[in-house]
Amino acid sequence: MKSESDLEKLLNAGKFVVTGELGPPQGNDPEVVKKKAEMLKGNVDAVNITDNQTSVVRMSSIATAALVVQFGLEPVMQMVCRDRNRIAMQSDIIGANALGIRNMLCLSGDHQTFGNQPYCKNVYDIDSIQLIYTVKRMRDENKILDVDKEMGGSIRMFIGAAANPFAEPFEFRPYRLKKKVEAGVDFIQTQCIYDMKIFKEWMKKVRDLGLHERCHILAGITPLKSGGMTRYMAANVSGIIIPDEIINRMTSAPKGKAAEEGIKICCEQIAEIREIEGVHGIHLMAIEWEHMVGEIVSQAKLLPRPPVPL
Amino acid sequence: MVIATLKDLAEIKDSIAGYKRILNVGCAGCTAVCLAGGQKEVDSLNLQLAGLFKESGSPIQIEGYTVERQCEMEFNAELDPMVERFDALLSMACGAGVQFVAERFPKKPVFPALNTTFIGSNRDVGWFEEMCRFCRDCQLAYTGGICPVTKCAKSIFNGPCGGTNKGKCEVDPNIPCAWNAIYERLKGQNRLDNIMKIRTHMKWQNQIQGTVILDAYKDRYVK
Repeated sequence: MKSESDLEKLLNAGKFVVTGELGPPQGNDPEVVKKKAEMLKGNVDAVNITDNQTSVVRMSSIATAALVVQFGLEPVMQMVCRDRNRIAMQSDIIGANALGIRNMLCLSGDHQTFGNQPYCKNVYDIDSIQLIYTVKRMRDENKILDVDKEMGGSIRMFIGAAANPFAEPFEFRPYRLKKKVEAGVDFIQTQCIYDMKIFKEWMKKVRDLGLHERCHILAGITPLKSGGMTRYMAANVSGIIIPDEIINRMTSAPKGKAAEEGIKICCEQIAEIREIEGVHGIHLMAIEWEHMVGEIVSQAKLLPRPPVPL
Repeated sequence: MVIATLKDLAEIKDSIAGYKRILNVGCAGCTAVCLAGGQKEVDSLNLQLAGLFKESGSPIQIEGYTVERQCEMEFNAELDPMVERFDALLSMACGAGVQFVAERFPKKPVFPALNTTFIGSNRDVGWFEEMCRFCRDCQLAYTGGICPVTKCAKSIFNGPCGGTNKGKCEVDPNIPCAWNAIYERLKGQNRLDNIMKIRTHMKWQNQIQGTVILDAYKDRYVK
């Protein structure tokens, strides 16, 4: 056992897992975090805590994740390479572990020009793949980067990363995942899947490379809330492909029924994904829609969540 | 070469306000080539500044002189007989030139007229592109001659990130994704093995001021 996290135990036991997402507030009120955590508890196995997503300043992922631990939910602390150098990252990993955080996700991070501090200086001292092997070294060798002396204690962390099958160069994407596997990643959460054909082709290549046996792949799902959101995402969000068929279904849904249609599409996708060899769970990114997660996982027949094996 | 662009006129005016006699020093090196700080630009800026100060009711006396390269002290020596007549100097060189002129005349205020923008190439007339971030550990060997430090918005070494959008960078649809370009270039050369292995973390060497002394000259400079 690498981390003793529930997520690791469930995946090792062969359970089809569900991870969710909790966006920290733009303020210091822990009650906001608590409310969201309550909505997700029992509906997901672990919850990603985003790290200043879209480069908007929020409660830190490490503090939010520590709160989520207190509220009885297991966090996956996201960490982006945008804001910290290797000193700060390793320090925060040690600190997060001491606070009871046992899963993390290594990301490069949204570029700062998208957020509310567009003129800040980014860091990118190391990239997401380098962050993966940094955490692995801390955990497996008990050493920080470039230092041979062992640290005190021992780091227990289940190491995650992202993968995007929906961006150029498509044929290189499985090989980039291979680099993450070689760096030491334990699980992968993919970008939101709408184009099932591209995802299945990517998974086939992933299986051909044997990567599905070396890491757990969780398929990224984001329920569409409205026709407007669907059109916006299709046109403006990089690295996301939404086929016309889904755009048509969302935009032609009767007034007031688009959200229902979005959930229906989402459940169909989950059913289809469960049949794909090598996919070990879903990552449900219901952005600012935490209150609907229970409904979605229920309709998708993912309840009750399995008990964590001892 | 070094690419520079003219500062906002109001900012230049603010920096020299209060000085009556100004010498604007041009540079015939990089900033002349990128049409920002050669003799022509010195003349043009002087005309504009003289007009602005005259309009505001406090006329100045401004003259121009262009040296070969402000980043070489022997060329700046040409200014020695002139500077006494002036209260302050403007420099139309890059940051290196401004600092060398300021170092030569420590009693005179020296102000930059340009923003040193980047080291770049001349894509076409009046079109310059950034090419190098001086990381002091050139990565171009395995990237097909495309710099990931400069051209990737996240300067990553194991790209591309998930933000590639139709071959462009997520930050700007006009900027090609550097790592997509690297992939395509290497594929064309049958060299994809170059990016199949993990590239490990950089030993950043540009975090303190650099000095290069060639081996052949060490006896002369290193005591």
